[in-house]
Amino acid sequence: MSEKIALAIDDLSFSYGGKKALDKVAFSIRSGECTILLGPNGAGKSTLFALITHLYDTHQGHIELCGFDVKQHTRKALARLGVVFQQTTLDMDLSVVQNLTYHAALHGMSGKLAMQRIQKELEQLNMYDRRNEKVRQLNGGHRRRVEIARALLHKPEVLLLDEPTVGLDVPSRQSIVDYVHHLAANENMAVLWASHLIDEIYPDDHLVVLHKGQVKANGTVDEVLQLTNSTLIKDAFYQLTQGEQA
Amino acid sequence: MNILHYWRAMWGIIGRELWRFVTQRERFISALVRPLIWLFVFAAGFRAALGLAITPPYETYILYEVYITPGLLGMIQLFNGMQSSLSMVYDREMGSMRILLVSPLPRWFLLLSKLLAGTGVSIVQAYVFLGIARAYEIEAPWQGYLWVLPALVLSGLMLGALGLLLSSFIKQLENFAGVMNFVIFPMFFMSTALYPLWKLQESSELLKNLAQYNPFSQAVELIRFALYGQFNQAAFIYTLCAFIIFMTAAIVGYNPSKGMMARKGGAGG
Repeated sequence: MSEKIALAIDDLSFSYGGKKALDKVAFSIRSGECTILLGPNGAGKSTLFALITHLYDTHQGHIELCGFDVKQHTRKALARLGVVFQQTTLDMDLSVVQNLTYHAALHGMSGKLAMQRIQKELEQLNMYDRRNEKVRQLNGGHRRRVEIARALLHKPEVLLLDEPTVGLDVPSRQSIVDYVHHLAANENMAVLWASHLIDEIYPDDHLVVLHKGQVKANGTVDEVLQLTNSTLIKDAFYQLTQGEQA
Repeated sequence: MNILHYWRAMWGIIGRELWRFVTQRERFISALVRPLIWLFVFAAGFRAALGLAITPPYETYILYEVYITPGLLGMIQLFNGMQSSLSMVYDREMGSMRILLVSPLPRWFLLLSKLLAGTGVSIVQAYVFLGIARAYEIEAPWQGYLWVLPALVLSGLMLGALGLLLSSFIKQLENFAGVMNFVIFPMFFMSTALYPLWKLQESSELLKNLAQYNPFSQAVELIRFALYGQFNQAAFIYTLCAFIIFMTAAIVGYNPSKGMMARKGGAGG
């Protein structure tokens, strides 16, 4: 893990009308670090993702991606970001390779480079043989793998995943969790993984607990356990979110 | 960030839209059936009822089918613009729009590329329709088929920009029926697509004024004149201005800090 800060969030607040969704959120992620953003439904995770990706504008606070302010230098920041949204964002009527080629074009890749990267990423995720199938024909786990391959095509420095394993069976979930942790450890990628599933956390992960728009804990798994005097993450999470279910 | 990046992204967006259009055979057929029914059923039925005096660009008495053809070209583009708008709302609801909006390109450029893609699709439809109409002996001068291309580009852009603008306001797919009732039908029927201005004036001065200032009428007149090798400057300027206004408003609508996107909530976790 390097010391380079890949994503820095400072004093970030956001409201829908009068309802506060995020309240002075602040944390940072280093390259090579896998950060799990843990929070119950409605904690503000998806709002935070919409702000990092500039789908919503930041009114209060700052977000910096690889040194670029998302509001001031949006395009430079977005060029370094790979995203897997909670909802699937693939075009069901196009094939796997067509979906990926479209993404490569949006990132300005030449046809040759795009095909090389597509082959590499799909092979890593054991999906290359299915490249010509329509996305509609794939199951949920395979669609997620395609989305991860797509998010990695332009070699991002920061990877955001918004509850990517929701609705998947245990083996599919496990393979995605393992692969993303491998990316952080071996490719020096900064990963921010929003989840409400405690079993997706590895012991050396960084943990940010978000509840009702506020950061309740921010540190390593051990630090969060110490903070709450708990031995299990489940208990720590329960305590920090005042008894709400994950 | 360089010009090649823009070029590749634009062709990526256009290519995706054209591919979707080609593979969605039902969409292609229904886009053609609608104007063809108007041409072969409605216009044939009204041929006897509606007498048309000689009006520019026509130099002689014409059949009603001939009069209505440019209006139906406009109709193809109007419906295509709305179809694009519908697919934008669908993409937004389904999430695939996010992939477009988080790509490292200016939002105006992404919207313009989407618009160009939709316009390209509408022009393919328009030429297929013109081909069928010609087989049915509704003929324009040969050079008219060439002159009409830039007119179709501008009218397609204007109507597509209107669709984009509407899609920035429509929150859910279910609200789209309202757009049909409050935008498409009034725009189409209160225009010169089906009847000339003087005919409308005979029944109501107000209706005539509404039709005259309806941007759709101006787009139809631009197409009508171009199809007969003439340039309607007033219609061109009006359509161009309408395009600029709709496009600017659509860009503002999709701007995360100013437009409707900023006011749309609905984040999950």
